[in-house]
Amino acid sequence: MGRLLAVIFAGLTVFLIVVGTVHGSSTAPASTPDGAVQSMFANAKSHDWQGAYSYVANAGSVNLDSFIRDLTGRNGSLRTYSQLDSADTRVLHEAENEATVRTQLKYATAVGAWYDVKDLKVVKDEGTWKVQWPAEKEVNVPPQVIPVTYLRWDIVWRGAGDDWGAQNVENPNCRILSMNAVERDGGITIMGEVENEDTVPAFITVGAVLTDQSGKDVAEESSFDKISHVLLPKEITPYRIDFPGLKKSDVKSVRMTHNWMLVPASADPVIGVLHQQIQKDLTGRTVLTGELLNESGQTVNIPHVLATFYDNSGKVIWVADAYSDHALLPQTPQPFSVALRDDLAANVHSYRVTVNHYSLNRSE
Amino acid sequence: MRRLIFIIMAIAVCWFAEECARAAELQVPANAVAGQPLTITVSGGGTLYLIGPGQVIKREVKSGSVEIKGEELRGAGRWIATAGGQSQVFWVKPGKPENLSFLARPSRVPVARPNVMSGVAFVFDKYNNLVIDPTPVNFNLSVGGTGSARTVTSHEGVAWTNSSSAAKAGAANFVASAGGAEVKRVVQQVAADPCRLTMRVAGRTADRIIVETEPVRDCSGNPVPDGTIVTFIQTDKTGKSTVDSRIKKGIAHAELPASDNATITVAAGVVLGNELHVGGR
Repeated sequence: MGRLLAVIFAGLTVFLIVVGTVHGSSTAPASTPDGAVQSMFANAKSHDWQGAYSYVANAGSVNLDSFIRDLTGRNGSLRTYSQLDSADTRVLHEAENEATVRTQLKYATAVGAWYDVKDLKVVKDEGTWKVQWPAEKEVNVPPQVIPVTYLRWDIVWRGAGDDWGAQNVENPNCRILSMNAVERDGGITIMGEVENEDTVPAFITVGAVLTDQSGKDVAEESSFDKISHVLLPKEITPYRIDFPGLKKSDVKSVRMTHNWMLVPASADPVIGVLHQQIQKDLTGRTVLTGELLNESGQTVNIPHVLATFYDNSGKVIWVADAYSDHALLPQTPQPFSVALRDDLAANVHSYRVTVNHYSLNRSE
Repeated sequence: MRRLIFIIMAIAVCWFAEECARAAELQVPANAVAGQPLTITVSGGGTLYLIGPGQVIKREVKSGSVEIKGEELRGAGRWIATAGGQSQVFWVKPGKPENLSFLARPSRVPVARPNVMSGVAFVFDKYNNLVIDPTPVNFNLSVGGTGSARTVTSHEGVAWTNSSSAAKAGAANFVASAGGAEVKRVVQQVAADPCRLTMRVAGRTADRIIVETEPVRDCSGNPVPDGTIVTFIQTDKTGKSTVDSRIKKGIAHAELPASDNATITVAAGVVLGNELHVGGR
């Protein structure tokens, strides 16, 4: 009996290993436009690039390598740290030999879900549907020398052997310029702006503690990525702190908490935000769009856009952010889009966009 | 019986007399000073212990005076001398001021701010005993060859002063001195907010407008530190373009998209600069 059980479990183990190893790859000809799109992204999701590429109609103009790079990202961008999670399709238009399929791609990334909407053209070729893949134009920055006056701050802290009266370098002076608490989507959101008023860089954190009618603390949160944590002298950042599941009526007061620290920092790169406009995207949502231009000579791998929206009295009414899944190559514009709540769009009088940056070859 | 009681009483009286005589054998100084020699008179032999703040001195003595060297007597405060079962309390005063601990705050201040710097000096002797006698302490603040001086008498070992920052930016030497001691601290006096922020078009390319500021200075004429953010904002029919530039070598510089009709503004923090119209009809 014992030997029989051992054989059964060994067989089961082998079976599970085989099931886990073999991916469900399918390269069967697609009989519908959205079937072609679904099959292509299903293969891409399981990293069967050859299988996915077999659904590309314009294989003559898109080679496999660039197709893979389109899907997996380039230059250490956010896309390179992501995994395709799902592809939802909807046929917008279908004729006998061609169709347009709107595809919403959801990627799992290191900073949360990231969405991309593409209107893909699908064509019928010898009885099967294939996707006209919109190949990304690979940008090659021409060889050049970009002179940069490099500026950074280093800090010498007091040492253990110093006289006890020897002063240390002071932390920077920063100031919370504004704070606005609103109730939205069944929660409380606190937002505003902070300025580094000093002449040295600061690492800042801003938080809030909500207290109820009895004076008891009911919630505490801080702004994680709806803020620029490193502020250069005179730089202003928005912040947003979300308290889901709380109502304003449950809260008597808000106590702001903050921490300003002196940190070594670099003044580069400089990123321009060009042609900013509020408009509607493909899905009809209100978005703030524009282009990011890296005016420095070093690649910015993951740009993070922060948008502050003001009403006509200059009050901060919303703070939104978006990561770009493309790296910023030097002197090369890269489009961005930040979603704006539709219910607030009419109240937005002005806005301000700032850019955080993460580069692989630099520590700060 | 009466004789026995008499003998016992005589012994007790002699014993008491001997103890009284021995008490007079230990003589300590009335005005001892830390770091200065000390003489203690002990009649009869034995071991002399001097127990003071954080310190014990032990001497084997014969009858007569014992000299304690100055470098041995380091701690000021309450001491106890004990020898041959007798003890005496005496006080050791701090020596003359020879050390200072100087706290200057803050390490960085904007220029031309009243009473923004503070200096606190603690006066100590050679062995770091707090000198509680009133002692004149000189505070001297200088930047770029000009400065101010002030003398403050310490109270219970502490002297303090407030000072305004100078109108000129730079590293200010904040010096406190008392007796032979002198301690220097550096207070960085930095430019205040930019004043009269002005920019101009510095050049054009096919697809860019290059704008740069005049040298950015505060209202006292000090150059605003490099690295300060200056924001250029261009508004035209394609929307708004912004560049958060950094001041480098005194000026801020940005490249904006070329436009045939745009308005460009500039700001640093909450300070606004001039406005330019480029292109136009």
